[in-house]
Amino acid sequence: MMAEYSAFSLLANALKGNKDWKPAWRKPDPKASYDVIIIGGGGHGLATAYYLAKEHGITNVAVLEKGWLGSGNVGRNTTAVRSNYLLPANTRFYEHSMKLWENLSHELNYNVMFSQRGCLNLAHTPAQFDDYARRGNAMRHLGVDAELMTPAQIKRLIPALDISDSARFPVIGGLMQRRAGTARHDAVAWGYARGADRRGVDIIENCEVTGFLRDGDRVTGVSTSRGDIRAKKVAVAVAGSTGRVMQLAGIETMPIESHVLQAFVTESLKPFIDTVVTFGMGHFYMSQSDKGGLVYGGDLDGYNSYAQRGNLPIVDEVMSEMLALFPGLARVRMLRSWGGVCDMSMDGSPIITTGPLPGMYLNCGWCYGGFKATPASGWCFAWTIAKDQPHDFNAPFTLDRFHRGLVIDDKGQGATPRLH
Amino acid sequence: MLITCPYCGPRDVIEFTYQGDGNRERPDPASQNFEAWNAYVYDRLNPAGDHNEIWQHSGGCRAHLRVVRNTLTHEISSVAFVRGDHTSIARRKAEGKS
Repeated sequence: MMAEYSAFSLLANALKGNKDWKPAWRKPDPKASYDVIIIGGGGHGLATAYYLAKEHGITNVAVLEKGWLGSGNVGRNTTAVRSNYLLPANTRFYEHSMKLWENLSHELNYNVMFSQRGCLNLAHTPAQFDDYARRGNAMRHLGVDAELMTPAQIKRLIPALDISDSARFPVIGGLMQRRAGTARHDAVAWGYARGADRRGVDIIENCEVTGFLRDGDRVTGVSTSRGDIRAKKVAVAVAGSTGRVMQLAGIETMPIESHVLQAFVTESLKPFIDTVVTFGMGHFYMSQSDKGGLVYGGDLDGYNSYAQRGNLPIVDEVMSEMLALFPGLARVRMLRSWGGVCDMSMDGSPIITTGPLPGMYLNCGWCYGGFKATPASGWCFAWTIAKDQPHDFNAPFTLDRFHRGLVIDDKGQGATPRLH
Repeated sequence: MLITCPYCGPRDVIEFTYQGDGNRERPDPASQNFEAWNAYVYDRLNPAGDHNEIWQHSGGCRAHLRVVRNTLTHEISSVAFVRGDHTSIARRKAEGKS
């Protein structure tokens, strides 16, 4: 396939008045049936469609999106990409994702602006620093890059950071993954959408699933706001809406709670920080976008919500944490805030599996971490749908692991829907 | 978000600790029904709409409260003590308990 976007096509279209650009995806009406229906036109659903078409030659596919493409979490996250996990199941999966990220702009012929600017976790106690050393060693053991940093090195990297002894929580070191970074989140959705569309996938927006068509236990299609659509395989990739969609299939309880997570961006500043930094004594993470705004967030609001908006206590907490690290930001103005609905699993790890009903495939439980997982999530989910069995990378991410004592609890904290 | 504690009155959400799905039933501690324990520990109702949930007024009277709250609007339609049998200090005093 010849590259649709190139320096040559840019020049040729500029000379012709930019009249000949094709829309990045068509707006087809739904057909009566497909081989595969993917519910959810976010990053994961679109990536799944792309890899189904590209890796497995399955192109009779529809992606159903209740709103507009990318209106959910793929456009609401804080864009960090990393693979700095402790447990092998997570490390292998997220490192596979990292490798896909590293070639993604080229693969999609779409600039996703993946910038490997590094991700630094700050340590504030000796115990925490030891814990980071352990995690860094676990990462390196599996071939992932990690390095411990001293306060002096950190100060050189992030001059604005308060690493003085008089800081509220003095910084005593950090764990750096240099290959981590950020990406332009909308471009990821648009790039996968175009790649899938050009291979024949129908992306159907404003098409809300209202029920499942069943033949006994087997799922044979979906009812939607645009009519019934039949399919041999129905894949669910709806992140925060997992609970309500699974209820449509008669599955009342899941090892998942939906929670709202807020994020914030400031007015544009001159270059201030050229890495992703996370606070170790609270929950706070920040990077600077290419436009100059500081993009940051913190903890969940802490109660079940599908509202895509949060409350003020967390706003106050996040701002306090930012100022504990960067006192110099006290007078910077916040430009926007927003909320996304996170599908918080009970062990902080995702679910990519066949079932739980015949004819159904499930992708959920992304907690805060879904954006960085987008390429591998789509890649593994496509594999699972095409072959009716998981790839080694997602074999541990079953739904029944909770009842079988096989949880993947990266934090070692036990069952709680607040991990990430 | 304000929660109207039956004992303390309307208070900011920051005074409360969320304890999640109020429909779960803790099995008898002696129970060896693993399915029931697994369901209690891991499985949650996660409705979009009215949600029956438990909060503790940890920054106030410390009572455990059963709250019905809409997860789409955050609107609270009812708040009650989890255990109706010791609903207030006044009642405990009236019954001669300390």
